[in-house]
Amino acid sequence: MSDLDPAEVFRQEAGDLIETLEEALLDLEKRPDDRELVGLAFRALHTLKGSGAMFGFVAVSEFIHEFETAFDRVRKGEAAADRRLIAAALDARDHVARLIDDPDVDPARGAAILAALKVAVNGEAPAVEASRPGAAAGVGGAVSSAPSGWHVRFRLPADALTLGTNPLLLLDELRELGPCEVVADIDDVPPLDRIEPQYCHLAWDVTLKAEVPQEAVDDVFLFVRDDMELTIEPLAVDAKRPGPSEGLQTHPAAPGKRSDVAQDSPLGEASPASLDLPIAEGPAARSSPAKVERNATLRVPAERLDELMDRVGELVIAQARLSQLADAIHDPSLVNVAEEIERLTASLRDTTMGTRMVPIGSLFGRFRRLVHDLSEELGKPINFVTAGEDTELDKTVIEQLADPLVHLIRNSVDHGLESPERRAEADKTATGTLRLSASHRGAEVAITVSDDGAGLNGERIRRRAEEAGLLSPGQSISDGELHRMIFQPGFSTAAQVTSLSGRGVGMDVVKRTIDGLRGSIDVDTWPGKGTTVTLHLPLTLAIIDGLLVRVGADRYTIPLAAVEECLELPDGTDTDGRGRSFLNLRGDLVPFLKLRTLFDAEGEPDPFQKVVVVASDTTRVGLVVDEIIGNNQTVIKQLSRLHSGVKTFSGATILGDGTVALILDVMNLVTFGQRIEERRRAETLGRAA
Amino acid sequence: MSDGQETKGMHALTIRLQDEMFALEATNVREILDPVPITRVPNAGDFVGGLINVRGSVVPLADLRVSFGMDRPPPDGDTRIVVMEIDLDGEPMVAGILADKVYDVTDITAASIEEAPRVGMRWPAEFVRGIGRRDDQFVIIPNMQQIFGARANLAPETH
Repeated sequence: MSDLDPAEVFRQEAGDLIETLEEALLDLEKRPDDRELVGLAFRALHTLKGSGAMFGFVAVSEFIHEFETAFDRVRKGEAAADRRLIAAALDARDHVARLIDDPDVDPARGAAILAALKVAVNGEAPAVEASRPGAAAGVGGAVSSAPSGWHVRFRLPADALTLGTNPLLLLDELRELGPCEVVADIDDVPPLDRIEPQYCHLAWDVTLKAEVPQEAVDDVFLFVRDDMELTIEPLAVDAKRPGPSEGLQTHPAAPGKRSDVAQDSPLGEASPASLDLPIAEGPAARSSPAKVERNATLRVPAERLDELMDRVGELVIAQARLSQLADAIHDPSLVNVAEEIERLTASLRDTTMGTRMVPIGSLFGRFRRLVHDLSEELGKPINFVTAGEDTELDKTVIEQLADPLVHLIRNSVDHGLESPERRAEADKTATGTLRLSASHRGAEVAITVSDDGAGLNGERIRRRAEEAGLLSPGQSISDGELHRMIFQPGFSTAAQVTSLSGRGVGMDVVKRTIDGLRGSIDVDTWPGKGTTVTLHLPLTLAIIDGLLVRVGADRYTIPLAAVEECLELPDGTDTDGRGRSFLNLRGDLVPFLKLRTLFDAEGEPDPFQKVVVVASDTTRVGLVVDEIIGNNQTVIKQLSRLHSGVKTFSGATILGDGTVALILDVMNLVTFGQRIEERRRAETLGRAA
Repeated sequence: MSDGQETKGMHALTIRLQDEMFALEATNVREILDPVPITRVPNAGDFVGGLINVRGSVVPLADLRVSFGMDRPPPDGDTRIVVMEIDLDGEPMVAGILADKVYDVTDITAASIEEAPRVGMRWPAEFVRGIGRRDDQFVIIPNMQQIFGARANLAPETH
């Protein structure tokens, strides 16, 4: 990690924290009384402030300090988290993001946002100084549940000083909360000859006489609490505490008078045995929700994962060669080893692949804010529903999906959903519903964006397409093709251009990106009832299980997940090559493609042709091959740009003997088969008429 | 690409394609391979009709003879594959180039390089960056960016 730019590390961390903050704020809008959410937002802010200062993002940290101060009133229950406040807080969150990108960004704007936030919190703009941390004790009077103070005992790990933790700063921070009595516990200090000068041998007992919430005390230890011993206990109001040693001074509650407090010298005058408060030793057993968040996760640069994936890919290829050799040599002990290695390789492959898979929920979360803002801006109340958040997709695919989904959501909200008045006229609920869902379907993932709005206007699309020259007047096309016109570059049916959409850019971006991922788009629309856009994406994993087949002299791999069954091509099946090749599969007519013809294979076909039936979504198509060789693990290698025009292949792989085999793009082949079927239907209809 | 390059001279790997000698930028050459099994890519056209395995990566194999409208006899004992990096709109790409024979690495001085004549050439002018001279023999310096760019841009919708 040493080669990482610390500022970059902070930016990454801050990105996560800002996301947490935003989520908490949006949830808070729905459940304004949820204290846990307030705590979550506050902790995110506090961590941001702390690490911002640590990494030299002074502007960020100063801004957040004011943000935090204002938000503190919400945490103390003095201000309600109403819509206005959430809106102001979201603005502030945006400004934090801006500041992290560019610390010099417009300070006046920051001040304005803070002022708005303060107005939202207080109903008036208070002097900033009034809520400085030193005064926290005074403000705390309003909280009935807070005890009169806290007894804090903490011990740092022995190597804490060498790791850069300064206990004096922790004590100073505690003092900022209110007057403190600090006693150092020197029980564990070894005799002088065995003392390790770099080690921290002391523990501290701190009696904090301030009515502050426990989280405030927790926050002091936010960055060090992982390894330390910490107990925080409320101070009973009437409890007779044993008198502190003569070295200590007791302070009257004098908020803000730092000079008094500063006299404590935590390291110097200490009396070890005089305190016998009931303190549980051992790691702090607190149930603060912050604890739960800390999953044991590790940040790894994506390139390293890619590199790992490449290595595993090479290992899989080498393993395939070994298996082939073992089969040829027939030595039982070699076969044993080969099988063992095959098993290990497979599990290593799955594990490695798992590291690249990310649940799509991380992406969906980002759109809640978008929908929230769009809803406010357009005055259309929206119920945003998401489903299938745990559907996993390759990280790179997810990243590329963000833009297309933004465009689709914007389009749905702007053009799809009607205004509340129009909805009332159409006998619909005032609140529109926008649904975003993801699910696995065979070898692909389907992501749908659906709304219950007005639906697409076929007439208008046709008119617009004809105007734009995309369609010749009167040309007959299917509804599906007509609806897909909206993804053509420069196409927009919006009567007026809004700030959101209507300029004709956007939807073509969706198509370009999905094409780039070798996916496809479906549009279903019901006039007056709504529109559903479905993105079909292949599970572009780096390694898949494949079925190896031979066509003529060439070998091809078919993704096994798409294979439904294999059978022999029955004798006398009509293969007249005029696009009327159908297979009777238990009563269903399945179109089939002769790969020999499609791929222009040389040589004579094998006498017994085989059919591999592949499926995508609901459509099936049979692929006629010369020979089915068997299963193999397939490392997908992308084809270069020189072959990007060849749509029948999704990539290539290297076989056990070192030759390259192409991987069939099932989705495109199925589309191909579909077209044949459509033509057949048209023919049948024509004959019937 | 730039005009400056044409007058700079080059460190060149000379190869034979049919009866003509070509000069490839030697600094971009990664390795020279004996013929390996070539996987046909159906419907991809003759220019990049194949793929080869180069140390575990799948690399497209280009046949410059197609670009220059030459005959394409099957490989013989002299046939080699030159694996080199090609700059495609600023993105480096690795490709194999089929050569009927590989000669040697040589320096072609700036003075001996002439601009391709606009008329009277058998080759498409945009594919020739210049004509060099070596031992009284003409050496064609192909414009790889143009040759490969023309191919890659056949499918602009997938970028």
